[in-house]
Amino acid sequence: MFTNNPFAALTDMLPANAMQIYLVLMVLAVFAGTLFDIVHKGSAKYFFENWRRSKNKAPQQVGGGDMVSLAIKTGLVDVLASGEFCNARRRAAHLLTMYGFVIYVVTTAVMVFGYPTPATPTPGILPLLWWIGGLMVCLGGYWFWFFIRVDVAAEGNSPLRFMRADMFILSLLGSVTLGLIWAYLQSKTSFGANVFFGLYIIATTVLFGSVAWSKFAHMFFKPAAAFEKRVSYANGSRSNLPGPADRPEQFGSARDQPRHY
Amino acid sequence: MPTFVYMTRCDGCGHCVDICPSDIMHIDKTYRRAYNIEPNFCWECYSCVKACPQNAIDVRGYADFAPLGHSVRVLREEAKATISWKLKFRDGREKNFVSPIRTTPWGSIKGPAEYEAPKPGDFSSQELAHEPQSLNIEGGLPALRKDQLKQGVV
Repeated sequence: MFTNNPFAALTDMLPANAMQIYLVLMVLAVFAGTLFDIVHKGSAKYFFENWRRSKNKAPQQVGGGDMVSLAIKTGLVDVLASGEFCNARRRAAHLLTMYGFVIYVVTTAVMVFGYPTPATPTPGILPLLWWIGGLMVCLGGYWFWFFIRVDVAAEGNSPLRFMRADMFILSLLGSVTLGLIWAYLQSKTSFGANVFFGLYIIATTVLFGSVAWSKFAHMFFKPAAAFEKRVSYANGSRSNLPGPADRPEQFGSARDQPRHY
Repeated sequence: MPTFVYMTRCDGCGHCVDICPSDIMHIDKTYRRAYNIEPNFCWECYSCVKACPQNAIDVRGYADFAPLGHSVRVLREEAKATISWKLKFRDGREKNFVSPIRTTPWGSIKGPAEYEAPKPGDFSSQELAHEPQSLNIEGGLPALRKDQLKQGVV
């Protein structure tokens, strides 16, 4: 089960390039949705206006070399290590989901484009990584959905309450869960595999097609915001925040972390 | 003017939702970020501004003390036990303040539950809770004596 390429067996039902065309369409949907989101909300206009205002008020200017170094730090700390999260549980869940999704998507693309039919035997490592990526997404995603989501943890709402902000995480979990179930049923050559394949395609289309309405595009916005924040700290404007206090610790604090509902 | 959230900085952690005494900081259904649901009810206590780990919440001061074009921002550093304020005015003047979060060790002040319960006779007394110790007056409460008054009047 873990070393079988589930996409290769689809050629019984679909032409080999059907999944390849579908994958390309999904990638285009992500770009189109993100561009539409940016244009519709004017995010780029406000981002650059904010950038220009911060640069004009800054006590010191940041040179080209420093900018490159800040960009690298943003990439390494804020993007690859999700460093902006202050809460360890949220950060762990996000890292699991993010890296799981990356592994899952990359292995999907390699299997669909590189080993599309049973005539091209797939190295066992690829489906294994596909399963591992999918399970990582499920672990991080369901942990977030049931326990960490702020409207459940801080507002006390039921975990089964859906709102528009949940579109991304629900469609992601739906797509990956249905995909894993489909792959399992297919390895047992069960009839239900086709049904779950249909559901998997629907969930995946919702995931990549709803970029303009979900939080998907934030994966591009947040790194830009993190970079802008680092630049504003480097040029001294710090969003008008005071600098770090130089007073030594006096009496400390034994305050507990806020206990959400 | 009441609090508002910079949505790009907010990561939806919920600290402001927990701490708001007016229960008006909640999570937006579309973006899962915090926002002030009822600015009219905002006390401007700055609890959410100080609690936000991303410094994503700001307050616009009223015009009587904060003129147009100003900026008031606060940074609470728990590890250093300090609160820092930076005020900027449109003519370029800046004022910076740093205060300790507390000046007594944590746990050194008794909470209400740690005091003894009042006895029934205490309710008919003129003294309020923790008096006269909390008044820090030596020699008891000041009282007006008859010999201090004008003779023949009282």
